Amino acid sequence: MLARKKPSPVLTGYRLYVVAFFIFLAAPLVSAGVFAFNDSLFPALPWQGFTLDWFFSDTEPKLGMFHDRRLLQGLYYSFVIAVFVSLLSVFVGTTNAFLFVRGEFPGKNFFYIMMVVPLVIPGVILGISILVLASDTANYMENRFDLELEFLRPGILLVVLGQFSFITTITSLVITARLKKFDASMEEAAFNLGATRARVLRTITLPFLRPAMIAAGIVAFLVSFENFNTTLFLVGSEAPLTITMYDRMAKVGSTPVLNAVSFVLMVGSGLLALLSVLIQRDKSAQ
Amino acid sequence: MQNKDIKRLSLILLFAPFALWILLLIMLPHIGMVVLSLKEKMAPRVYEYSFANYLEFLNEPIYWNTLLRTGSMSLLVTALALLIGFPIAYYIAKIAGPRARGGLFLLCLIPLWVSDLIRSFGWILLLRETGVISNVLLWAGLTSQPVEFLYNDVAVIIGLVYTVILFMIVPLVSTLDGMDNSMIEAGYNLGGNGFTVLRRIILPYAMPGIVAGCIVTFMLCAGSYLTPVLLGGKNSSWFTEQIYNQFITRFNWEGGAAFGMLLLLFTSLVIWLGLKLSGQTLANTVARS
Repeated sequence: MLARKKPSPVLTGYRLYVVAFFIFLAAPLVSAGVFAFNDSLFPALPWQGFTLDWFFSDTEPKLGMFHDRRLLQGLYYSFVIAVFVSLLSVFVGTTNAFLFVRGEFPGKNFFYIMMVVPLVIPGVILGISILVLASDTANYMENRFDLELEFLRPGILLVVLGQFSFITTITSLVITARLKKFDASMEEAAFNLGATRARVLRTITLPFLRPAMIAAGIVAFLVSFENFNTTLFLVGSEAPLTITMYDRMAKVGSTPVLNAVSFVLMVGSGLLALLSVLIQRDKSAQ
Repeated sequence: MQNKDIKRLSLILLFAPFALWILLLIMLPHIGMVVLSLKEKMAPRVYEYSFANYLEFLNEPIYWNTLLRTGSMSLLVTALALLIGFPIAYYIAKIAGPRARGGLFLLCLIPLWVSDLIRSFGWILLLRETGVISNVLLWAGLTSQPVEFLYNDVAVIIGLVYTVILFMIVPLVSTLDGMDNSMIEAGYNLGGNGFTVLRRIILPYAMPGIVAGCIVTFMLCAGSYLTPVLLGGKNSSWFTEQIYNQFITRFNWEGGAAFGMLLLLFTSLVIWLGLKLSGQTLANTVARS
């Protein structure tokens, strides 16, 4: 609107605003990343020279992240949790897509809203509600049947379930959008040629959905990896990385090793996000 | 007949994972939370049903003040995110060239995938007394001693706007993308100025995107924990912090569950009002992506 009719000073001002916005967007990320390379015990100015110690040094006080056992463990737990969450949520997301695109059943609209709802429940509340239900069940089983169900106590399984509960909405929406674009005549042609249902699904429908499933899986992985609010209440002794980092930030105070972790995470999630965008783009080219 | 059976069977098989998910992870836990929130501890292991936990919330001004504060600050952040984000989304969708568009959109997406923790951490490094901005001001001679920008409401608002603004921009870009440029030109040809075109054509068209962005943004703000705690310091008094305190610090699960219900009711109410006032539905806004 502004570009078309107004004289160019307005457009220049507009451009400057956009530039300022992207500086705002980049500033905290750049500062979180850059101090990882500062040869100082604190993530602050002045600049003391370039170092890679915060990644690779194996001695205190500058213990690098690749020698910090607790951080590495956090990274490992985050990875395990994210893998389970993405596999589960892509699976349920795919069945949901078929259910809502292909299925005809009473109350379909109502159930569709139910599918979207987890996305607008604050993460903290998902966390505590699942914690409460799991603990109640575990306590009941213990009191009534003298059964100790360890897996219902805070720990990896609960973290996976808590994250799965809202990430599935995201994967369902991504995969549903793709399935809606499917041309049904392709399946019909295959049926006419004598293919079985299972075979049509395997050779035609699922390959068509694959880019969306992979992209949804990557998104699920990233969201799981960075999740804090839901995880906070469900975490047991196997703390994922965000919790480990938060503990250190709140209790020990930050050292540049946290910047090093941030740097690695930013590069990692940047690459994964790029990958998912490329896969999605492939899809529109087909 | 057999075909019909197969159809029914596959429908049941498809419905099962969905039902298990919604029932076991969403509905039952929330029912459990309501039940827990209505329990009052009379003695160890002795409970009675009452509204005591909710009454405690009403009788203790610090609790409902925190909730109101969380709500009003979240609304402010949502409004700011819309005001700041809309021109950016419009630029990406309508003004930037096709190549710049993809690049800018990608630039917007990358911070989206970086965790809240790292984003807040970045702001701490920028804003604190020994941080980058304070140092730059010192170096430029604009102040004579270090300035502390952290641990106040402005820092919390900056951090929250930063955290949520991408959830505003992304749905806006995708809605505005779908708008035909000729609609804007027609507006100008009919004699409208920039403002009229914005008000009568662009905003109504972008409404689903605006509502989707506002809902997600508001919900994320009101439910956020890290940003207010890290940037607002000990006195950030965010409602999620109260919930955490009840649950983990005081081990008062009944009270915590009541607080959780109150937060949920509050955010649901605001979202419902937003949908009603704008004439949108959840399915055509949030679920569009």
